[in-house]
Amino acid sequence: MKDKSIAFKLSFFVLTFTGLIFSGIFGYNYFVSRQMILKNIEENARSLSVATAQRIETVLRSVQEVPKTVAEVLEEIPYDKEVLNRILSAAVGNNSTLYGSGIAFEPDAFEKGSEFFMPYAHKSGSGIKLNCLGGKDYRYFFFDWYQIPKELGHPVWSEPYYDEGGGNIIMSTYSVPFYRREGSERKLVGVVGADVSLGWLQKIVSEIKIAKTGYAFLISRNGMFVTHPHKSLIMNETLFSEAEVRGDPHLREIGKDMIRGNSGFVPFTSLVSGQECWMGYAPVPSTGWSVGVVFPRDELLADVQRLSRIDLALAFCGFLILFLVIVLIAGSITRPLRALADAAKALAKGNWEIELPRARSQDEVGTLAASFLYMRESLKKYIRELTETTAIKERMESELKVAHEIQMSLVPKVFPPFPQRPELDIYGVLEPAREVGGDLYDFFFIDKSRLCFVIGDVSGKGVPAALFMAMIKTLIKTNAKMCTSPEEILEKVNVEISQGNDACMFVTVFCGILDTRTGEVCYSNGGHNPPFILRKGKEPEFLRGGHSPVVGVLEDAVFEKAVLRMQPGDTLYLYTDGVTEACNDKDELYSEERLQEMLTQTIPGSLKGLVEETLRRVRSFSGTMPQADDITLLVLRYYGVGGEEKEANKMNLTLENTLTDLSKLQTALAEFSEKAGLPKEVLHDLQLVLEEIVVNIVSYAYSDAAKHEIVLSLEKEGNELAVWVQDEGRAFDPLKIPDPDLNAPLEERPIGGLGMHLVRNLAREVKYERVQGRNILTLKILLPAVS
Amino acid sequence: MPPSHRGPLAKFLPASFFFAILLIFTTLPLFAAENVPLKKTTFMTLWVPQAQFAGFYAAQRKGIYKKYGLDVTILHGGPSRSPYDFLESGRSSFAMLWLATGIEKRAQGAKIVNVAQLSQKSALMLVAKKESGIKEPKDLEGKKVGLWDEIYQVQPRAFFEKFGLHVKVVPQSYSVNMFLRGGVDAASAMWFNEYHTILASGMDTEELTTIFFSDHSLNFPEDGIYALEATLAKDPELATAFVKASLEGWKYAFDNPEESLAMVMRNMKEAHVPASFAHQKWMLERMKDLMLPAGGNRQPGTLSKEDYMRTGEVLKKSGLIALVPPFGEFYKSGEASHEG
Repeated sequence: MKDKSIAFKLSFFVLTFTGLIFSGIFGYNYFVSRQMILKNIEENARSLSVATAQRIETVLRSVQEVPKTVAEVLEEIPYDKEVLNRILSAAVGNNSTLYGSGIAFEPDAFEKGSEFFMPYAHKSGSGIKLNCLGGKDYRYFFFDWYQIPKELGHPVWSEPYYDEGGGNIIMSTYSVPFYRREGSERKLVGVVGADVSLGWLQKIVSEIKIAKTGYAFLISRNGMFVTHPHKSLIMNETLFSEAEVRGDPHLREIGKDMIRGNSGFVPFTSLVSGQECWMGYAPVPSTGWSVGVVFPRDELLADVQRLSRIDLALAFCGFLILFLVIVLIAGSITRPLRALADAAKALAKGNWEIELPRARSQDEVGTLAASFLYMRESLKKYIRELTETTAIKERMESELKVAHEIQMSLVPKVFPPFPQRPELDIYGVLEPAREVGGDLYDFFFIDKSRLCFVIGDVSGKGVPAALFMAMIKTLIKTNAKMCTSPEEILEKVNVEISQGNDACMFVTVFCGILDTRTGEVCYSNGGHNPPFILRKGKEPEFLRGGHSPVVGVLEDAVFEKAVLRMQPGDTLYLYTDGVTEACNDKDELYSEERLQEMLTQTIPGSLKGLVEETLRRVRSFSGTMPQADDITLLVLRYYGVGGEEKEANKMNLTLENTLTDLSKLQTALAEFSEKAGLPKEVLHDLQLVLEEIVVNIVSYAYSDAAKHEIVLSLEKEGNELAVWVQDEGRAFDPLKIPDPDLNAPLEERPIGGLGMHLVRNLAREVKYERVQGRNILTLKILLPAVS
Repeated sequence: MPPSHRGPLAKFLPASFFFAILLIFTTLPLFAAENVPLKKTTFMTLWVPQAQFAGFYAAQRKGIYKKYGLDVTILHGGPSRSPYDFLESGRSSFAMLWLATGIEKRAQGAKIVNVAQLSQKSALMLVAKKESGIKEPKDLEGKKVGLWDEIYQVQPRAFFEKFGLHVKVVPQSYSVNMFLRGGVDAASAMWFNEYHTILASGMDTEELTTIFFSDHSLNFPEDGIYALEATLAKDPELATAFVKASLEGWKYAFDNPEESLAMVMRNMKEAHVPASFAHQKWMLERMKDLMLPAGGNRQPGTLSKEDYMRTGEVLKKSGLIALVPPFGEFYKSGEASHEG
């Protein structure tokens, strides 16, 4: 139902409920009118049956009077045959319903010696015929009409019978016994009988017609049909034999009630048509017969049924009209809605020019259509504007992209920048928070031995900061050529910027000059974050000297100078506040403390590794928070004069976690061994040990497929060789690998394990640490004394 | 009360009726005549057409008599037409009589023989209304009991004597109206006829007490086929063929009750006898019960010596006959004589 159309729902519900209401009214109406008609029928049936029975009764009563009177007279007066004949002739002659009448005497009752005596008068043609019955051929004593009143001692109507001569006239005899008083006893003298033709009775009953097939019938005391529209039943069947043939016990019950002399009104199956009927019945009291009047139900209910059929037809037409009206109304509502829905779909696909359905009416649908039109116009306008804005933004973005590339090209990006200079190494990175940023770094030799390096952070961000940064960088570089000390450079730059600095922009700058011959660094810090000096074997410390104001604010600012002596192997670590002020989602800053801690924990390997480690730490700290400020790092390591010799005792190697990088390891180790002058057996053992360690890490340390770094650092000092292996894999202590069973045959020993066994034999000291998600394995190997 | 008032049945029997019956039943076989000359013969029933004689109608209408080479005219008895009279005077070659009548006539010297005993069980009974206080035989003491005349009184009277009952006998006509109106407390009835008439007049079996004489050592088999000794001597095969064909007719009637009843109703209508289908249906079913009693394995149509002797002894005791005629002289089975 939910997915059906409004037109369907509307017609369905309206028609259903209209139908229910109509059915209710129709049903009630039909029921009530049916009850009314039924009541009428019952009254009619009852009164008709009683009236008919009454009519018959009246006639029969008048007939009864004749033999009764005759019997009374015979009990009172003396008579002879002549008198009897006169009485009978008068009785038959004076009574039109009487066919004949006779007086039958008991043996010897009329005269001694006569067994039979029965004068009888009956109508014959126009006159009355007299004769005397009784004899061997007509032994009346044994017949019902005589015997029954004799035995019962009171008058009796006989069961109906066909008249003599095979005619079709049904007759009945009313017999009255008469007596003679003999002392205290009444002695039967004879029986007066009156034969009545029941033709008139049949006429009365058969004249009753109800509707088309309704009829009346009369049954005798035995239930025998005396009149019935079904001629074959008359005098052949009783109501009971009919019930037996039809297998209808209900009919038998009705019959029993009828012959008991009761009246009633019952449902009845017509014996003529087989239709359902009602029957009213009433007794004819004097004979015990019963009249039934049959009312055919369907015919009598035909009017109300016809009315019902007309009602139903009208209702159907009404339904049809209602349906059409609903469909029309629903259509007028849903057609524009459907059109609107289609238009909305088209609009959603971007077809803005589609014709919108016009609202012809002012109703809700009309309002909707108007709103739709308005919405389309608004949307069109909005999208037009949006398109323009987007175009502008795209242009700006592409410009910024170019600016970014330009800015990136402003800072040195080739590392190592001075491969011909073994006394120092330098590495830097600049990651703007936006396309372009205000951070800067730079380094360049101002003469043959002095390297100027600078890191700075312009106030503000974005394009203005970038422009300012470019200006600063140029100024510093230009001035550095002409100056000898960093504070001088900064002073001059400061003066140049401060003049006419309408934008009130400034920059924090750390500027240093390293004398590669001595390791002496002169520096001045113009309001910048103090860098770290990482001295070998010591905690990192801040370089807090040369504290000066920011550049570009005060024209006459004075810049301090400080001096630092770097020992070979020391590293200077410079950064901008984008590192220390990186934020996480709890609004915590990365802070100098965290930076310092990180530097403490990190074994100084390559400079690039140090920078990347820093970036990695900062990013993982920030998590999902976007980078808020430009991040710039610049690290510088001094190897000192003769740096080549020093360098020869060191090796830093970063491998990827692939077995193919093992060849790099072999090559690097061989080079290092030659430079540092390691004995051959040590090299051999070292190769074996490190290969095994790296293979272990590559094979087991990582569960993902990403690239990871393995950092190896070797340093020879005197007769000791220190080795550090770092990886970011899962915690794993290779020292816990048990020694292999060296006594077992070669084929049964597990693969690997030999390396660690060798390590333990080889190294003076073996240490495993897990520091901040990194495995650090440290080996200290005593080299054999050179002989 | 014209002469026709001799009970309901007599009223339906105008003089023309008998001629009509005669005409119908004599002409029918003629139409069906074949090349083989048929032996003409006559048979008379006990009463007017009804299902009591369904087997004979079936034998005639289904051509069974013809099959046996017979052209049978069926005459009907009635209130004033005694089959014995017709048999004795030779107006009918065969006639239906009660066994008791047969024994009585034979004992009185009539040269009649039984060629087939159809009924094996007495259908004669007494019916009483329970409301008149009669629930068992002894309740009949002092009551008014309707009895038919002559031979119909042998069993009731023997029964009253057996139970030491003193009843007031009222002569009973052919209708049961006396009983229905309360003129008598108990009435005689044939199981297959009047008993059903009472039921069809609105009395229920539950309201009635029935006394079957067959249940009280007074089982007189009734309907049998009789012939004069002379007829038998002249053409023994005639009797054999007639009995065989009649028994086959009965078998057909019992096997095809619908068709058989239709024949009965047709015969009754042609004879202008009141015909109730329900009544005739009941009668045919009861005839089957009487001729083929449940549990009996007797060949249909045979007379058992035991039944014969019982009936004869009761007749003798009641004074109707002096001696019981010898069984062998009385019973000449139509079939046996042929086989012998």
